[in-house]
Amino acid sequence: MGKKLIFHKILILALLFGFQLSAQHNHDHGGHQHHGHNHDHGSHDHHGHHHNHDHHGHDHHGHKHAHDHSKHDHGAHDKGHGSKGYATDCGSPGHVHEHHGYDPAATAIHHISDANVYTILDFVRIPLPCIIYNKDRGFEFFSSGKFHAGHHDNGHHGYKDYVLYEGNVHRIDCPNFKGSDAFEVEGFDHVTVKNDEGKDVDKKYAIINGKAYLLEAKTIWDAGILGGGPSSFYDLSPTKNVISMFLVALVLFLIFRRVAKAYATNTGSAPKGIQSLMEVMFQFVRDEVAIPFIGKKKHHKYLPLLMSIFFFILGLNLWGQVPFLGSTNVTGSLTVTMILAIIVFIVVNINGNKDYWKHIFWMPGVPTFVKPLLAAVEGLGLFIKPLTLMLRLAGNITAGHIAILSFIGLIFIFGNAGQSLAGSSIGTALAVPLTLFMMAIELIVAFIQAFVFTLLTASYIGAATEEHHH
Amino acid sequence: MTGTLAAIGAGLAVIGAGIGLGQIGGKAVEAIARQPEASGDIRGAMILMAAFIEGAALIAILLSIFIQ
Repeated sequence: MGKKLIFHKILILALLFGFQLSAQHNHDHGGHQHHGHNHDHGSHDHHGHHHNHDHHGHDHHGHKHAHDHSKHDHGAHDKGHGSKGYATDCGSPGHVHEHHGYDPAATAIHHISDANVYTILDFVRIPLPCIIYNKDRGFEFFSSGKFHAGHHDNGHHGYKDYVLYEGNVHRIDCPNFKGSDAFEVEGFDHVTVKNDEGKDVDKKYAIINGKAYLLEAKTIWDAGILGGGPSSFYDLSPTKNVISMFLVALVLFLIFRRVAKAYATNTGSAPKGIQSLMEVMFQFVRDEVAIPFIGKKKHHKYLPLLMSIFFFILGLNLWGQVPFLGSTNVTGSLTVTMILAIIVFIVVNINGNKDYWKHIFWMPGVPTFVKPLLAAVEGLGLFIKPLTLMLRLAGNITAGHIAILSFIGLIFIFGNAGQSLAGSSIGTALAVPLTLFMMAIELIVAFIQAFVFTLLTASYIGAATEEHHH
Repeated sequence: MTGTLAAIGAGLAVIGAGIGLGQIGGKAVEAIARQPEASGDIRGAMILMAAFIEGAALIAILLSIFIQ
């Protein structure tokens, strides 16, 4: 259901120009699963912590809202946003657990994930537009500033039935939940439980009015690795990654316009300023990548594509490595690299000549009985090439980010999550040189991966357009 | 249990990629030492081959993440 693919993000452009569907569907939560009943928090395994809270004995602030909820017609779902009708059949009594201890893996995943808010240094939070579609209410446009995000990018407020948890919009998994335009969220909680297949699944709860409401997964198509999953809404927002992409594209446009102007006005003399920096890289890609692989005759046609790919990837790689500036992980996101790989796949196969297809489906020069075998292998190779292109870039950049975050995490591991000053000092003494070393490596990787992606693109194009002499 | 097996699988894939990359790097440096004038071509071929090996290793690693 809810899958945040990159082409959704491309849709944003259309959406931003006021394209709005007023979907007045019946409130049909069709495929919606209600796991939200009877959550016995005591029986959950809270990461090995011992929780002896008596949930029912707590003085919930929410008791003043104790309407008789059973009188609500849960099926009707009227749109009175002003009414603070929190359904009783979803929330279970709960309160914010203090999760002591430091989970390096969870922290790393949080930091490499996309977000609906652009956070700089955990102080400055730039709200981003949210464009959310769900079957019940159609498209909704609002600013993520409505969530009043705080520490860990958790929202202090909710909007309708959306809350912001670790930077991502989640929907409360309860068809009867009626929040207001700004209801208060006390906090969030998560427990790890085993699902039917014996896998560990993270269940997330928002604590509202002393009740724990189960949250749906965020809408990101990642096979559950980053906590995404099927959900009843589509998040089409221009997220942190999208904003970074636009930003880098804008910067590249400005730089190259300046360089192009310089070539017009500065003809015949030595390049100046930014022109000399870009000329080196441009010539490198042209002379080391385009001409050797595609050939002197045909490389002109593909040069714009190769240059765009090279500088776009390089720009995003470098932008993601600026410390404290949100450290976005755009080229480490599989959706972004998937689209880049699909573009390459289309360009290669559209421009493939007769010889190229012949070499795939009926390889000349081998015995006939081998030909079908080779056709199968080559046919698979057709798709494996862009697949590896996609995985290589995302894998390398994400691995670099995780390595840096793990080294920084040493401070908290040694420091007992901020409890021990001596431990933190030892951790810092270890973490600083290791992080600096890793960042230096990542700086090289940023260039190498942009180069490799361009080089492989050029080699695939070269193989597809090569003229054979048999 | 599957998590542990997946981790072992990822480790094995990395060992294989490491051996492959070592071979490529070593041979490329030997070739450049023998024929310094061809260093540009050799370096290009080296990076291309390294990228292929890395791709195979990454597929293994991502498979192990998916299976986990």
